[in-house]
Amino acid sequence: MRNENIYQSIMPAVYIAADNIYSPIGTTTAQNFERVKQGISGIKKYNDSALSDEPVHVSVFNYNESVVDKEFINSKFESLLIASVKDALTIADIDATDEKTILIVSSTKGNISLLETDPAAPDLKDRIALHTSAKKVAGHFGFVNQPLVVSNACISGIMAILTGARLLQSGQYENAVVVGADVISKFVLSGFQSFQAISSEPCKPFDENRTGITLGEGAATMILSTNAKYAGRIKVLGGAVSNDANHISAPSRTGKELSDAIERTLTMAGLVSDDIDLVSAHGTATSYNDEMEAKAIALAGLSIVPANSLKGYYGHTLGAAGLIESIISIQSLKQNVILPTLGFEKIGVSSPVSICTELTPKRLKTCLKTASGFGGCNAAVVFSK
Amino acid sequence: MYINNNITFRCTISKNVIYKNEVPVFEDRGADVPSFLLSAYQFLEVTYPKFYKMDNLSKLAWLAAEVLLKGTDIKSYKPEEVGLILTNANASLDSDLKYMESVSDIPSPALFVYTLPNIMTGEICIRNNFKGEDAFFIFEKFDAAFIETYVNNLLNNGILEACICGWVDVLGDDYKAVLFLVEKKEKANSVQFSKKNLNSIFDNLIIDKI
Repeated sequence: MRNENIYQSIMPAVYIAADNIYSPIGTTTAQNFERVKQGISGIKKYNDSALSDEPVHVSVFNYNESVVDKEFINSKFESLLIASVKDALTIADIDATDEKTILIVSSTKGNISLLETDPAAPDLKDRIALHTSAKKVAGHFGFVNQPLVVSNACISGIMAILTGARLLQSGQYENAVVVGADVISKFVLSGFQSFQAISSEPCKPFDENRTGITLGEGAATMILSTNAKYAGRIKVLGGAVSNDANHISAPSRTGKELSDAIERTLTMAGLVSDDIDLVSAHGTATSYNDEMEAKAIALAGLSIVPANSLKGYYGHTLGAAGLIESIISIQSLKQNVILPTLGFEKIGVSSPVSICTELTPKRLKTCLKTASGFGGCNAAVVFSK
Repeated sequence: MYINNNITFRCTISKNVIYKNEVPVFEDRGADVPSFLLSAYQFLEVTYPKFYKMDNLSKLAWLAAEVLLKGTDIKSYKPEEVGLILTNANASLDSDLKYMESVSDIPSPALFVYTLPNIMTGEICIRNNFKGEDAFFIFEKFDAAFIETYVNNLLNNGILEACICGWVDVLGDDYKAVLFLVEKKEKANSVQFSKKNLNSIFDNLIIDKI
């Protein structure tokens, strides 16, 4: 027997104390949200053999304003993590060196681009290991606890938020600095190309003419806290993770498992589907993902709830996606405005889903964020005022 | 309320020996990693064609899960009640290196799909129809304290009824898998689910002397 109802009543509330998005379209949450509201996308066409043998659409940092530090102490991946955490820590006024504060890092491939740029490095194995990067970031800010690293494909960002929330609710820590980042290089790009999964145009989530994903890089940080001084901020009400047990790279045919994760999330949060005001979908714009997601949204009774995918602005930012898209959706809650799904024109999925097509002012209280990934994993999390 | 959970079964694969509950059940000393994994699969006498297309990391995890779960009543749980919390140090680097070699020629989708550590979790879920929560964490070394806290949280808050957790790592010739089945109820050979017991089973000091 499950005991989620007890869960809500006995667990301390988890507040979002601060956040940051460090992306090709902006270096703060406010800047990112303003630009996304203006319909600005980071996706551009690149003709760069370091990325791809053919021209390709990606959302990457402009190399002229590279984020890599001058002394090359930190890799691009680590520099992104540090830049994002730094801004969020300043906003939250949280002491990273406090023993009640933990750092959680989310990434799918971390420093993997070093295989391309520095393959002969003697310490390559250690430099690529995600725990090395996490330790460097922790050391930079003086975190005293060992950092945690989540690497669970494209649900990593949501899972890192859930992991942080649970560690706070168990009383082990008071603050969790949750940061995610991924860098786009030939390694990842060629892999998705080999799957024929990359769109030749900027991605078109849920559209009838969608032909695949567009990749993007970026970082984002969400600082969670149970400290009462943040009462009144947006809360993480709960979340759940499930596995399709069907295929390692293809999504479920029915959407049942993602729908189960959504329903468990709602139960844990003490909510019903009618309470959800906005669904921030994964919406990668592959044929199978969007179809599965639409089925799951319908199964969970959310067909009429306004839904969007933010992949048209950022591309698929992999281990950062769950964080970037959650933070943008939280801004939507704060500003009472739903963002359109850039790239979407006409519905191209078989189950009903209410894809938002224009900037829509609406009183919003609660947002559901979902993601799915290779390995058959699905995740959902709910945020509320 | 503190609830005592139990390690009801465990499996270690290390140095070409497979142990079930600390008892050696198979060995093939001298074989290289791919040969050892294949001979271990043949020893199990099961037919699972998907095994052959897996990378070494997924093969190792899949074998450890097969041995771990044999003779258990894991099927008595509902699919969504069973989950996996796995950890390692090198993520999927063993396959990342192999995939990268293919990139200069023709990038291989069959290799690329294994360049994520949680694919092994997916393989175990597919084999056993486990649909509960799964998660993959990267640590420099096996972190028994984290496993104890995290899995207790999942079991004691009703998120899972049974959890397969542990460590599965492969890089070149180095590998180690230690999986634990953690359940609420005690079983014949169970030991308390504690940091101390996780560490002593992981280190397997007595067995390594054989």
